[in-house]
Amino acid sequence: MSFKSWPKWLMLTALAVGILVPVLVGLGETIWAAFGILPALGRHTFSFNAWQQLLELPGLITSLRLTLVSGFAATTIALTLALFGSAWVYHSSGKKSFLSQLKPFVQAILVPILAAPHAAIAIGLAFLLAPSGWLARLFSPWLTTWELPPNLATVQDLWGLSLTLGLIIKELPFLWLISLVALKQIDVSRQLTLAQSMGYSHTTAWCKIIVPQLYPLIRLPVFVVLVYALSTVDMAQMLGPNNPPTLALATMRWYNDTNVQLLLPASAASVLLGILIAASVILWEVAVRTAMLTSKVMIRSGNRTGKYPFFTGVLTTALPITVMLGLLSLLVLALWSITWRWSFPDAFPTNWSYRYWLQLMTHVPLAVQHSIIVALMSSGLALTLSVAWLEVQDRLGGHLYKLTLWFIYLPLLVPQIAFLYGLKVGFLRLGLNGSMTTVIWAHLLFVFPYTMLSLVGSWRSLDKRYVQVATSLGRSWWSCFWRIKISLLLRPLLLAWAIGMAVSISQYLPTLMIGAGRVESLTIEAVSLASGADRRLVGVYGLLQALVPLLAYSFALLLPRLVALKK
Amino acid sequence: MTLDVNSILPKRLGVMLALLTAGLLSPLGYSATASTDTSNASQWQQTLEQAVGETVYWHAWGGDVRTNDFIIWVGEQTEALYDVKVKHVKLSSTAEAVTQVIAEKAAGENTNGAVDMIWINGPNFLAMKQQELLHGPFVSQLPNSKYLDLSSNSAASVDFTEAVAGLEVPWRLARFVFIVDSKRVQQAPLSMAQMLTWAQVNPGRLTHPVISNFMGSTFLKQALIELTPDPSVLQQPATEQSFALATAPLWRWYDAIKPHLWRAGKSFPENEAIQQQMLSDGEIDIAMAFDPAAAAAGIASGLLPTSARVFVPSRGTLGNISFVAIPYNASHTAGAKVVANFLLQPETQAQMQNIDVLGSFSVLDSNKLDAQQAQVFANLPSSEALPTLVDLGPTLLEPHASWTTQLKQHWSQRYSQ
Repeated sequence: MSFKSWPKWLMLTALAVGILVPVLVGLGETIWAAFGILPALGRHTFSFNAWQQLLELPGLITSLRLTLVSGFAATTIALTLALFGSAWVYHSSGKKSFLSQLKPFVQAILVPILAAPHAAIAIGLAFLLAPSGWLARLFSPWLTTWELPPNLATVQDLWGLSLTLGLIIKELPFLWLISLVALKQIDVSRQLTLAQSMGYSHTTAWCKIIVPQLYPLIRLPVFVVLVYALSTVDMAQMLGPNNPPTLALATMRWYNDTNVQLLLPASAASVLLGILIAASVILWEVAVRTAMLTSKVMIRSGNRTGKYPFFTGVLTTALPITVMLGLLSLLVLALWSITWRWSFPDAFPTNWSYRYWLQLMTHVPLAVQHSIIVALMSSGLALTLSVAWLEVQDRLGGHLYKLTLWFIYLPLLVPQIAFLYGLKVGFLRLGLNGSMTTVIWAHLLFVFPYTMLSLVGSWRSLDKRYVQVATSLGRSWWSCFWRIKISLLLRPLLLAWAIGMAVSISQYLPTLMIGAGRVESLTIEAVSLASGADRRLVGVYGLLQALVPLLAYSFALLLPRLVALKK
Repeated sequence: MTLDVNSILPKRLGVMLALLTAGLLSPLGYSATASTDTSNASQWQQTLEQAVGETVYWHAWGGDVRTNDFIIWVGEQTEALYDVKVKHVKLSSTAEAVTQVIAEKAAGENTNGAVDMIWINGPNFLAMKQQELLHGPFVSQLPNSKYLDLSSNSAASVDFTEAVAGLEVPWRLARFVFIVDSKRVQQAPLSMAQMLTWAQVNPGRLTHPVISNFMGSTFLKQALIELTPDPSVLQQPATEQSFALATAPLWRWYDAIKPHLWRAGKSFPENEAIQQQMLSDGEIDIAMAFDPAAAAAGIASGLLPTSARVFVPSRGTLGNISFVAIPYNASHTAGAKVVANFLLQPETQAQMQNIDVLGSFSVLDSNKLDAQQAQVFANLPSSEALPTLVDLGPTLLEPHASWTTQLKQHWSQRYSQ
C-alpha cells in the first residue's frame, strides 16, 4: 500500500464496512435459510426441502410469467416513451399546438408523479380505472346506464395489464427526467441542427445520433426501473392479479404467513427472485447491445428520411395519456383526502370532510420529523460516498471497483424482507437495535445504490479535458474538483440527492424492522393504514409522503437555474 | 444517589396517590383493585412499582383508525393512573412482530427485546408458543383476571384449540359476520346452501378475500363447519384421511359457487378492508368481518353506507378472542402486565364496547361483574347496525390449526394456476 493510494484504501474500507459487510450479512442469513438452516426455528441441517416446496407451489409458472412480462413490458414501454418525450422536448416545430406550449413546464408536470409514493399512484390509478372508479362514475349512469358497477376486470386483470400500466405511469417521469438531465451533457441542439442541415429528419437524427449517445448515460437508471418492476410488492398488491400473484408478492405472503416454518421456502423464493432479476438485467443488456450492433448497419446506411408515421402517431397519443393518468391518479387521491363519503355513481364526493387533515396535525409531527432527519442524513451520506467513490476512481483508476459495485446493487436485487431479516440479526449481534443511527445506516444501503446509479452516467461523461486543462494551468486538485466537476455536474448531483431523499422517505420495512418500531416514520403510518384500504387516509398520507420528495426535486431542478441566472 | 431518589420518589408517590384516589375521582369510576390473596396483592404491588416510568411498546396491527385511537386512549389512562406510557408500533401484519422476536432470539438478544406486548391470536400465538417465545404464564397474576371465565374449556382459555396456558390475556371479542347493504339485499343467505342459490341468482356480487389472508381462510372454515358431516372431527388435528372425508362436501360446494363469484372466481380482494370498500363502492353485495360492530363502525367512520347491516348464518359463526401476549425477552414486562391488566378493567371494556369508540364486545364474564359494573354496560349507546349478542347466535369453535394450513394448501392446489 503506497502512501499515494491511501484515499483509495480509505474509500474501499468505508464501503466495505459501511455497505458491503451489512449486505453480505443480510444475504447470508437468507441463503442459509433457503438451504434449510435457520437456528432460531431449530433448523440446523442442510437440505433442499425449501426448494422442493417452492417448486411445488401451485401457479409458480404463472407467477414467473406475470413477473417477467409485466417487468419487461413496463420497462421497454416506459423507456420508449421517455426517449420519445425527450425528443419531443428538443423538437422545435413551427406549429404552436397546446401540447407544445407545455414544453417549458415538462419537469414541473412530471415531478409530482415522480415524488408520489408508488403505492399512492397505484391506489389512485386503481380507483380511476376500477369498474366502480372515477372514470366510470363520471359517465354513469347517464351515459353507461350503470346503476351498479359492471363485473369487468379493468384492474387486477389476469394478464397483469393494469399492473404494467401502473409501472409505466410511475417510471416514465423518472426515466424522462433523468434523460433530460443527461442530455445536458450532450450538445443536442448543435448536433441536431447539423444533422438536419445534412438532410436528416428530426426523428431519424434523434434515433441515429442522439439515442446512441444518451442510452449509455441512462443505462443504469433503466436497470433500476427494470429491477423495481420485477420486484415491486405494493404496486402488485393494488394492481396485479392475485391468484396467483407475481413472484415478489407471493414471497411476501409467505414471509407474512402465520406458519413461521414457511420462512424457509420464502427464503428460497427470495433467492429465486434475486437470480431472476440478475438474469433479467443481463438479458436486457445483451438485448440492448445486440440491438445497437444491428442498428449500426441502419445508422451507416445513410437513410435520412425515415418518418415512421405509425409509431410516431402511437407515441404522440400514448405519451400525454400516460402522463395524464398519473396526474389524475394524484388528483383523485387529493379529492379523497377531503372526502367523507363518495358513493357510486356520484361523479364527485357525496360528503366532504377535512377531519383527516386536522387529525394529522396532532398525530404525525414526530413521524415527519424522524422521516426528514433520516432522509437528509442517508441521502447526504449516500451522495458523499458516491462522489468520493467516483472521484477516487477518476484519480487512481482500478478494476476492483467494478466488481464491488455489483455487491452494492445486491440490496436492489432481492426482496427487502429477505435481506432485512439477516441484516437485523447482524445489527442485533452488534448490539445495535432500534436507534436512529441504525435506521439511517439501513436506509443508506438502499439509498446509496440509487444515488450511485443515477449519478454514474453523467459523471463519466464529463469531458476529462476540462480537468486536464485546469490542472495544466496550475489549479489544485481541490479547485478542479470543486470549481469544475461539482459545478458542471450540479444538475445530476442534485437530482441524485433528490432521488435519494425520495427513496429514503418511502422505505417501510427497513424503518420498521431495523428501527424495531422505535423510530416512527411517515411511511410506517401510511403503510399500516393502507392495509386498512381507507382511500381518504391513503390520500392524506400519500400526499404528505409526496411532499418531502417534491420539495427535494423542486430544489434540485430549480437551484441550477438560479445558479445559472446568477452567472 | 440523591438525584435518583428525588426523581423517582415523587413519581411513586404520585402513582400511589393515583391508585388510591382513582376510584373516587375518575369519571369512569376506576377502582383500585382489591385482591383477597395478600401474597398476590403484594406481588402485584411490586409489579406496579417496577412498571413506574416504563414505556410499553405495543406491537399491534395499525390498519384501523378507531383501534389506533383506542390504543392512544389506553396509553393516556395508564400514564395518568400508573405512570406507564404506551407506544403503539403500527404493523401491517402481526407476523412482523413475530419475525422481530425470532430475529432477536437468533441474535441472542434475550433480555432487551424491542417488543413488549403483541396483539395476537390463533396461528401467530401457536407459532410463538411452540418456539417458546412468550413470557409467562402470567394471566393469573393480573388482579383483573378475576373477571374472566378461565375454566378449562372457556373461550378465554382456548385459542384456536390451543391451550392459552396463561401466556396471553384476552382483550376483545371477535365474531365472524357478514355485512350487506340492506338497500340492495333484502333477503340475506342464512346458510352456505342458501349462499350458493343466492350467488346463482346474483352472479358476480359475492367474493371472499384471498385465501392466504386470514379472513379468506375464515370464510372457508365457516363453510367447512356448516357443510362437513361431523364438525367435531375438526377439533382434532387433521390427518390425510379425516381431511379428505371432512372436506369433500366443501369442495363440491366451492366448485359449484366459484363460477358465480365476482370476476368468475379468478381474482379476489387482497384483504377484508378492500372487500368492505368494494361493498361500499357497490362492486359486490356481501362483505365479511371479524367484528360484530364492523357495520356500525363502518357507518360511523363513513366507510359504509348508513344502510349497512350485519347478518350471521342461522347456525352461528366462528368466534375467537383477540389476546395480548408478552415476548420472553420484553424489555418492559412489568409495564406490559399493567397495561394488560388495565385492558381487563370493566370500565375499559365498557369504553371499548361503546359503539362511538370501538364497538368491540367485552371479553369479561358478565356473571362476574357487580351490579354497578353491569349497569355501565347496559347504559352503552346502541346503533341500528349493531347486533346484540343474542342476534349473533351460537359461537362456533375454531378448528384445530392444522385444518387451516391444509385448507389453504388444498385450495391453492385446486384453484391457483
